[in-house]
Amino acid sequence: MIRPIALPVAVLSVASLLAMVMSVGIGSVAIAPADVLSVFLGEGSNLHRTLILDLRLPRTLAAFATGGLLAVAGALMQVLLRNPLADPYVLGLSGGAAVGALLAMLAGLGGAVISGSAFAGAMLATVMVFGLAHGTGSWTPSRLLLTGVVVAAGWGAVITLILAISPARELPGMLYWLMGDVSYARAPWHGLGLLVVVCALVVPLGRSLNVLARGPMQAAALGISVRPLEWLIYVLASLLTATAVTMAGSIGFVGLVVPHMLRLVLGNDQRLILPACALAGGTLLVLADTLARVVIAPEQLPVGVITALLGVPTFLYLLYRSR
Amino acid sequence: MARNQRPSMQTLSARDLIIDIPGRADGYPLDLTIKSGQVWGVLGPNGAGKTTLLHTLAGLRSPRAGALYLDDVTTKALKRRALSQQLGLVFQDRQDGFPATVLETALIGRHPWLAPWQMEGADDLAMAERSLEALDVLHLKDRLVSTLSGGERQRVAIATLMTQSPHTWLLDEPTNHLDLHHQVAVMKLLTDRAAAGNAIFMCLHDLNLAARWCDHILLMYPNGEACWGSAERMLVPNALERLYNQELATVEVDGAPFFVPRRS
Repeated sequence: MIRPIALPVAVLSVASLLAMVMSVGIGSVAIAPADVLSVFLGEGSNLHRTLILDLRLPRTLAAFATGGLLAVAGALMQVLLRNPLADPYVLGLSGGAAVGALLAMLAGLGGAVISGSAFAGAMLATVMVFGLAHGTGSWTPSRLLLTGVVVAAGWGAVITLILAISPARELPGMLYWLMGDVSYARAPWHGLGLLVVVCALVVPLGRSLNVLARGPMQAAALGISVRPLEWLIYVLASLLTATAVTMAGSIGFVGLVVPHMLRLVLGNDQRLILPACALAGGTLLVLADTLARVVIAPEQLPVGVITALLGVPTFLYLLYRSR
Repeated sequence: MARNQRPSMQTLSARDLIIDIPGRADGYPLDLTIKSGQVWGVLGPNGAGKTTLLHTLAGLRSPRAGALYLDDVTTKALKRRALSQQLGLVFQDRQDGFPATVLETALIGRHPWLAPWQMEGADDLAMAERSLEALDVLHLKDRLVSTLSGGERQRVAIATLMTQSPHTWLLDEPTNHLDLHHQVAVMKLLTDRAAAGNAIFMCLHDLNLAARWCDHILLMYPNGEACWGSAERMLVPNALERLYNQELATVEVDGAPFFVPRRS
């Protein structure tokens, strides 16, 4: 809690900018970084302008927002449940969103309806888990976790059922959605806006989260109103996850591993970890999406596969190297 | 350190307090005031409710009846943060879910004194280091708490309370896991704090530490009875034998009674 915050945040900011410039430059038509820069300065050829501003930039920003949202949500969930295995989906939120999205696809609806339906499903899952975990008494992290895991299993069964009864032509779209895919994300602004707002809101709460990570009793003895703070974290993390899932389907792994990687390197001060998660999660997903576009071009891979393939070895290496 | 100066020292009192132990009948109501300069020891067998009492005094549990006051103000009217500037508690068991260093752990004691956007400053750091020094763990400040021994962790926890620097210190078996030298060092530190104007209220299992260092004693019986008063009046063999259901032999060492369990 005494490490300087500015330096890591600056390094990660530069890294995410570089990743984004690279991401908009790479593709079926390669664009040199200098040309990318000139497009942002309002110059450059029409082809480049269309390629970058209309096609690649929205997708890159959507990938960044999704990764950032998931990583911050994961870090918050880990503090809330005081369980290092928690990720944004651990309470079954992605299952609810998936059921919503798949039902919309099954009904032959497209675009905005799928997103809206996914968001509604995510929110339903959130309220359901919290209500059930609350039960007749007060909830504890372990009870919340258990309820979430069981409800998630239920959603999994419903997803399998929908896949089984869906017509074959709908299946590829559904599978891509389930594995996570930013190629349909075209409106990154609300996601980016939410990410910025939540980071601005959460950083002043960072020290309280540090204290909460020591357990609820210690936190209460140090002057924290534990229950309202836990509610706030739960609502924020759910909102972040629901937004991310709505934008790009359920991309696994980012929310679990990015916070852990950063903790291994930067320590466990939430005031640093939360903004660092936003930047590093975003960068990871931008890189993964770039790879997903180019590895078997002109075909594309679901980005969730790439995040796992990139992240698993990196994480295992850091874990192996640490004490 | 002007910005963190406490507004005033406030005295904690319990009025007709009955602690809430689930599944147990109401105990004897407690009516006591923990004044500046006093060192209280709470004695009682396992399960008598010592920890529950400490948690209730710290405002972490609601009492079944009665109320707590800081001076004349009921603690219910105070915000958690204001309360934690006056009252601090060392827990009997701690959880370390996420890795943290010794210095970071002591620094969280400053939490009640800092505004939400405020970072710990140089004076907070100096306070944490002074506390670690006083508990003889400063040399461990960069170690992860999870790598320490039980006694070292206990001292870090007390250093965290010292960094919090509330007026009233509540401690749940502060000498747990400590070797003889550090037991004495901690008791000496606590009595020094009391002499400097703090109030100390701790649960102890060691009768003889209580006899040597405490000036006020609260005896808690398993059936809910309780009695309290000055140490000389409370620490009499008959009462203690009934308290622990254990025969005791008493000798005098350095002018204070020393209790040894009989073999019987």
